[in-house]
Amino acid sequence: MADYAKPLPEITAESKPFWDACARHELLVQKCRACGTVQYYPRGVCAACWSADVEWTPSAGRGRVYTFTVTYRTQARGFRDELPYVLAWIELEEGVQVMSNIVAVDPAKVAVGLPVRVTFDDVKEGLSIPKFTAA
Amino acid sequence: MKPQALIAGVHEFPERKTAKSMLEIQALSARAALEDAGLGKKDVDGYFTVAANPGIGPLPIVDYLNLNPKYIDGTTIGGSSFVAHVNHAAAAIAEGRCRVALITYGSTSRSSGVAVGTRERISGDYLDQFEALYGTSTVGLYAMVARRHMHEYGTTSEQLAEIAVATRKHASLNPLALYRDPISVKDVLASPMISAPLHLLDCCVITDGGGALVVVHPDLARDLKKPPVRLLGSAEAIAHTSGGRRDFLVSAAAESGPRALAEAGLSPRDVSMAMIYDSFTITVLVTLEDLGFCKKGQGGAFVSGGRIALGGELPINTDGGGLSSNHPGMRGIFLVVEAVKQLRGECGERQVRDCRVALVHGTGGALGNRHSGATLILGRS
Repeated sequence: MADYAKPLPEITAESKPFWDACARHELLVQKCRACGTVQYYPRGVCAACWSADVEWTPSAGRGRVYTFTVTYRTQARGFRDELPYVLAWIELEEGVQVMSNIVAVDPAKVAVGLPVRVTFDDVKEGLSIPKFTAA
Repeated sequence: MKPQALIAGVHEFPERKTAKSMLEIQALSARAALEDAGLGKKDVDGYFTVAANPGIGPLPIVDYLNLNPKYIDGTTIGGSSFVAHVNHAAAAIAEGRCRVALITYGSTSRSSGVAVGTRERISGDYLDQFEALYGTSTVGLYAMVARRHMHEYGTTSEQLAEIAVATRKHASLNPLALYRDPISVKDVLASPMISAPLHLLDCCVITDGGGALVVVHPDLARDLKKPPVRLLGSAEAIAHTSGGRRDFLVSAAAESGPRALAEAGLSPRDVSMAMIYDSFTITVLVTLEDLGFCKKGQGGAFVSGGRIALGGELPINTDGGGLSSNHPGMRGIFLVVEAVKQLRGECGERQVRDCRVALVHGTGGALGNRHSGATLILGRS
């Protein structure tokens, strides 16, 4: 846990509720109170109508692999020591896409459409990074 | 009706690895492109380049070149930037803001040891905390689009490899190209996997390089050294994550392509050759579909059987492209240089016969999260 060599998020006031929830092992998305659109990544306004009246809402944390790549060569910190690894876009049941890693699954078993669920990588006190694994 | 801008001069910096600085590369390229146009430094009143220096954009290079432009544009939207600059220069010329627009680029990616495709993709902005934590690289982002395309349409690695093979064939006819030895589909598939399904030979090369373009008001046509190339249509677009609801198989070319063609009053059937940004083989395949050369999902079949090679129905990337000739990080300027040379009939062994209309499409950023697209339709005089 202390030797997490991969990049860490630079958390701002805008994203703090998201990361606080991750620390509780809860994945949040957002819903616009004005137009009802669900969005990810979270931001201060609704991407559809620019209303600032967006609320945090829990995601079930389940979805399917929309697409992925098994990476064999990279310069990315931390990842270059753990080759190969899986980078993916996951489509959540709530209808939005999330970029993440597919972990604890043989990369050869990962496929488009694979059902996945969120899992949290506890990298240090108060900071957990959402990743996905086979559901 | 707005005056139709002309591309009067072009230059590609010939070295693939150089001891020169990125500023020197641009100065030498600017001089050569102006010479090609039959114009000089004193004629330049508009200047366009990418922001190599965050915050102040083109200021250092304008100082270095000792220019005093009346119109300045530092639009930086990835490798397509210089293609967009042509669109912007045409608009500035049409509005009377400038008459001789100089566009330059210089980069020393190879001699500086920049791993353009596999380095950690961090932009330093808010979005990093939702993407850059996951080992995100440029090649990985494009690879995810390739994987999805294979899933949806049955596209194969062999079909993607056809693009690399045709491009290498063209590079073999370009004395300046970095790699000139022919390759086969088998060679591409046998090259190391970088980010599946993209192999090493599905990826562009890393070189130094640069170049310059001179775009002018049509009133100057008679003062030029060579028959100028006409800008018949131009457009740009951005495609992004769209709040988390994105069809990653549809690129910005689906918007900019039809708009540029409509402005030119032409259809894909009228295009003699195309310069398509080839950061990776998948970039070409998706772009050709979105520009309307074939239906969405049929790119794999379209690029096969020599259709995109010289002598085929739609020769593309006749200079050897980013896949084999040069890619210093932002390749858009070379797309325009080669298209102009083709339209002037200056390409020697790799000349497209009876080249009347060339389409240029630049992609900047990454297909797998956010990117720009800029399309130009160019016609010979």
